[in-house]
Amino acid sequence: MTKFTRRAALASAAALPLARPALAQSGDPIKVGLILPMTGPFASTGRQIDAAIKAWLRANPNPVAGKRLEILLRDDTGVAPDVTRRLAQELVVRERVRALAGFGLTPLALSAAPIATEAKVPMLVMAAATSIIPQRSPFIVRTSFTLPQAVRPMADWAAKNGIRSVVTMVTDFAPGLDSEKAFKETFTAAGGTVTGEIRTPLRNPDYAPFLQRVRDLKPDALFIFVPSGEGSALIKQFSERGLKEAGIRLIGTGDVLDDDILNDMGDAVIGAVTSHHYSTAHESPENTAFREAFRAVAPEMRPNFMAVGGWDGMQLLATALARTNGDVDGTKLVEAMKGQSWTSPRGPVSIDPATREMVQDIYIRRTERRDGQLWNIEFDKIQGVKDAA
Amino acid sequence: MAAAVTVLLDGIASGMLLFVLSVGLSVTLGLMNVVNLAHGAFGMVGGYVCAVLLNRAGVPFVVCLLAATLAAALLGWVLERLLYVRLYGRDHLDQVLFSIGLVFVLGACADWLMGARQQLIQLPEWLSGRVEIAGVGLGRYRIFLILLCGAVAAGLHFGLVRTRFGARLRAAVDDGTVARGMGLPVGRIFSLTFALGSGLAGLGGALGVEVLGLDPNFPLKYLVYFLVVVAVGGANSVAGPFVAAILLGVLDVAGKYWVPQVGAFVIYTAMVALLLLRPDGLLAKARS
Repeated sequence: MTKFTRRAALASAAALPLARPALAQSGDPIKVGLILPMTGPFASTGRQIDAAIKAWLRANPNPVAGKRLEILLRDDTGVAPDVTRRLAQELVVRERVRALAGFGLTPLALSAAPIATEAKVPMLVMAAATSIIPQRSPFIVRTSFTLPQAVRPMADWAAKNGIRSVVTMVTDFAPGLDSEKAFKETFTAAGGTVTGEIRTPLRNPDYAPFLQRVRDLKPDALFIFVPSGEGSALIKQFSERGLKEAGIRLIGTGDVLDDDILNDMGDAVIGAVTSHHYSTAHESPENTAFREAFRAVAPEMRPNFMAVGGWDGMQLLATALARTNGDVDGTKLVEAMKGQSWTSPRGPVSIDPATREMVQDIYIRRTERRDGQLWNIEFDKIQGVKDAA
Repeated sequence: MAAAVTVLLDGIASGMLLFVLSVGLSVTLGLMNVVNLAHGAFGMVGGYVCAVLLNRAGVPFVVCLLAATLAAALLGWVLERLLYVRLYGRDHLDQVLFSIGLVFVLGACADWLMGARQQLIQLPEWLSGRVEIAGVGLGRYRIFLILLCGAVAAGLHFGLVRTRFGARLRAAVDDGTVARGMGLPVGRIFSLTFALGSGLAGLGGALGVEVLGLDPNFPLKYLVYFLVVVAVGGANSVAGPFVAAILLGVLDVAGKYWVPQVGAFVIYTAMVALLLLRPDGLLAKARS
């Protein structure tokens, strides 16, 4: 199997530069190596970010500091850190890319970090969300979010809004345990009690028995964190079990109600309260422009939080290049990125110079049906949230 | 008390679904002696047929279930005639390698056609929600599962024991050479049986979209569960896997409810215990 995927990855790698038309040269283009899971179980992440980057390039056609940006896309299939590492190495050595970008999941980002350090190229992490990532290389800058960044405001909000007892239910893997811990710490510190901690196996056929247990524990709210695609199965069982009628509220982080699939989840999700840094329904001129640019590239998709990470990554890189006057030295570029602030489609953001993480507003949203579609509607926000792992 | 009844009924529903999904495997493995690890792929095909018809064409759910069954049965029949028939005489390693390969091929096809994401369906109004009977709450869909799968199990049992086709199948399995000598079309009987098993997997896959989820990893994700049912139930009857599936379903649900810390392992512990006690299957006669 490994052989097959490698071959497929190599074949697509070989085909890509040929498919790109030779545009009028304005000096040598600045090459950016984009590594994403375009196939496999996490293909949604790759498709979203790829579309967002294409959208950004269409919306910003002018050369940056006199140079054109050229994106070299590689598929790492999402499940093989060694492939990610090898692709990063090839891009740096053979294609001489001046920046690496993408990285769908934590193990993939970690495996490529030493390459960025050695080659001294900036590495823009646009998706992977575990806190430790930027500590692995001084060249890593993240334009997505971290889990504690989203979880802690949720716990705070719950404590301040009449929720006294919570049962947590997370998938039994690293991000799940991270969010369980972060939620419990913040919620307990704010005066609430966690009356039950349930961990569901990663390969889980049925959430029903766990939810029946929650129903009988009778908490004020159930906090959930599960891998993105699993959210709908869980929430359906939540409503089938009658937890809503039993007075149990549903809270969680926004990736459970991913905009990419939210619309197919059905009315069961209405009323769920989640915290996240981006909702497609966010109201601002920047987001309207972003959604229009995205629709021109991928009319069948709704841009989600992954897409906005890709868009902001390009924005950040372009501004940094403008600041260095087109100097592609990696150390200078990362320095130019530190402390930058701009208005993203998600709202005002900046790069924390100390951690190279996003400082951003976290929104509390409720799922509602508007114009026949399901949206996460923001109704409260916590400003300038830093990553506090 | 009410909680215990709810857990019991949930367990039965989940066991029934498991039975419909895996009974075909116990037939091919036990009766025809073919190790068909691609069994779950037929379930996946059924699930996708159901999801596409329901979501894109708005076909009523019950019709979708029927279409899923037929589509999986047809695919099973075609693949049996083209490919599996060449494997009947081969050793088990060949069969394992072939069927695992088939899982990857069908999984990749599903990925290419439908994408890697989870498929979501909306059940009709009359199947959603929950009813309270004497203080015991149960989802309507689970009641539907119990009734439908129970009917399928009863039908299979009587089909195998009472009908002429059942008698022929048992004869063909007991001694293929003699059966052929008596003029029974053994090859055709096997094709039909294979198609039937695949069709039932398709039905199970379609019924399972709401409960188990559906993505291109479905056949591998649940393969272990199918094999556990067949191993525990014994691979040569309908009643054995049925009892095994119900037992495992109830234990699985009860374990997750009362001891969620180890919930995932209860089913495997039960398998080990049952195999130690009854290595030939739950209902097998003692070895003579």
